[in-house]
Amino acid sequence: MTTPILQIDYLRKEFGGLVAVNDVSFAVAEGELLGLIGPNGSGKTTTMNLISGAMPATAGTIRLDGQSISELTAAAISRAGVARTFQLVRILPEMSAIENVIAGGVYSRANRWGPEAETRARELLARVGLEERSELALSAMTYIDQKRVELARALAADPRLLLLDEWLAGLNPTELQMAIGLIRSIHDEGMTIIMVEHVMDAIRSLCDRCVVMSSGTKIGEGATADVLSDPHVMAAYLGEE
Amino acid sequence: MSRFEINLMLLAGIAITCCAALPFMTEGFYLTLAVNIALYIALCTAWTLFSGPTHLVSLATAAFFGIGIYATAIGIEYLPFPLAILCGGLAGALFAAAVGAMTLRLSGVYFVIFTLGLAELARQIVTYLQTKIFGSIGLFVLTDHTEGDLFYYLLALIVAIFVTGWLIGRSRLGFAMRVIGNDELVAKHFGIEVARSKIILFVISGGFIAMAGAIMAPRYAYVEPASAFNATMSFMVVIMALLGGTRRLWGPLVGVVPFTIVTDFISANFPEHINIMIGLAFLLIVYLLKDGVSGLIDKAMRTRRGTRLQGAKS
Ligand SMILES: Nc1ncnc2c1ncn2[C@@H]1O[C@H](COP(=O)(O)OP(=O)(O)O)[C@@H](O)[C@H]1O
Ligand SMILES: [Mg+2]
Repeated sequence: MTTPILQIDYLRKEFGGLVAVNDVSFAVAEGELLGLIGPNGSGKTTTMNLISGAMPATAGTIRLDGQSISELTAAAISRAGVARTFQLVRILPEMSAIENVIAGGVYSRANRWGPEAETRARELLARVGLEERSELALSAMTYIDQKRVELARALAADPRLLLLDEWLAGLNPTELQMAIGLIRSIHDEGMTIIMVEHVMDAIRSLCDRCVVMSSGTKIGEGATADVLSDPHVMAAYLGEE
Repeated sequence: MSRFEINLMLLAGIAITCCAALPFMTEGFYLTLAVNIALYIALCTAWTLFSGPTHLVSLATAAFFGIGIYATAIGIEYLPFPLAILCGGLAGALFAAAVGAMTLRLSGVYFVIFTLGLAELARQIVTYLQTKIFGSIGLFVLTDHTEGDLFYYLLALIVAIFVTGWLIGRSRLGFAMRVIGNDELVAKHFGIEVARSKIILFVISGGFIAMAGAIMAPRYAYVEPASAFNATMSFMVVIMALLGGTRRLWGPLVGVVPFTIVTDFISANFPEHINIMIGLAFLLIVYLLKDGVSGLIDKAMRTRRGTRLQGAKS
């Protein structure tokens, strides 16, 4: 068997007395699109934060291509090839759309600067449907357009692993279909993706496999159809309501 | 480069030429005033190189400046003046690197407080070394450089600072600093080494400030720690730079000229009121002019451009 691109073992994060991620283990194979699902507050975003190095884990290891990244800073992890979007969008408000996207590649794994960086940024803006608005300041864009810029910025990093945290949240049905198509095309080009998502239609149509979390613990893992019909998993979701 | 920037550069060229002619035309009071203005333009622009993009208020100006003065005071015996100035810059840069490595991981308020203590720290160290090594408190700086010479050196330094700032603005580092200023977490998540970038800017800024000190040393004639490390200077620089605005390289210019003239007038006529004035100016600027005068100019231009764009669309 080949080494998985991402291997997480007994990952744990405590905030004071709260255990947000409780000894979670899973792996992601190269080229896979993994869904990370679970009710609100189950620790999905925290897991993403630990992978991207936004905060240190309390215990456990995270390996990228077999190399431990648990001790690395977010900047070093970015150079190793992890890029992400944020659940609550984080844009560079005083910079234009094109500059926001260029920012994704300047110091990250892509290490791209100058005309080459600009060309690539324009391609990516076109890909998310924003070629007309490339000079607009981000603070003047709609929330949805800001999310698109965030995706383009993450792609500009040339990541080996892309983390999407509820990137589909807040879209209307037409936008949703287009966004699903976009993620599929990125995946089809070979990108390894972990997506945290609540939109079940998107999970069903995109993800080969899912990991389910509830109250910080992994309660299910497997092929998407199997996981979603698992009574355990259903109970976790229903218990929320 | 935008058309606005080109116009600005033209304007700067004309201004520099006019300034260069100044020492031929004036002497005494006006020349001293011109040197003061040039000095504060150099200091405030160098200060803005670091504090503008990082939004970190540094009160270390007096420390760097004093180090520069001492570099000339000690070096002038062995070196030609321009080399002594460069040594001053190097000493300031090294000091900034050491201080930056220790403090730039601190958050904003701690950094401000630390830099405030820095001038005092440098003063104590210099006093100690001087009494140990030279057995006296003061040092004579005997040169035959006139006020007019100092003015030319300052003018050259200002040009160097502006060119450096302009180059940084076009570089990867400058871009990284803008990203950091917009959202530090995003910067970190896209590979930018935030602390290291800040240290590099602090080193460049500190080096230039020390060079300004080295240039001004001949004016002091007799240097002692208390006069070389003068904390008021740190505050003056912050006030003038904020008044002008720190979002643009040329921002401080707008603040320095009127403020220096007014300060000069007040300290000549009402010397006991100068500190009150500085305090009041500080409060007014912080409360009323968040982005300084240049921020207002920028805003006015944006609004004009905005209406033009809308007009073109409809
Ligand atoms: N920075 C933090 N400090 C303290 N508690 C946190 C922090 N981030 C998340 N939590 C807590 O951890 C738990 C999991 O949150 P999160 O990972 O955001 O869940 P999800 O993304 O699955 O909705 C929640 O109880 C949340 O309040
Ligand atoms: Mg979340």
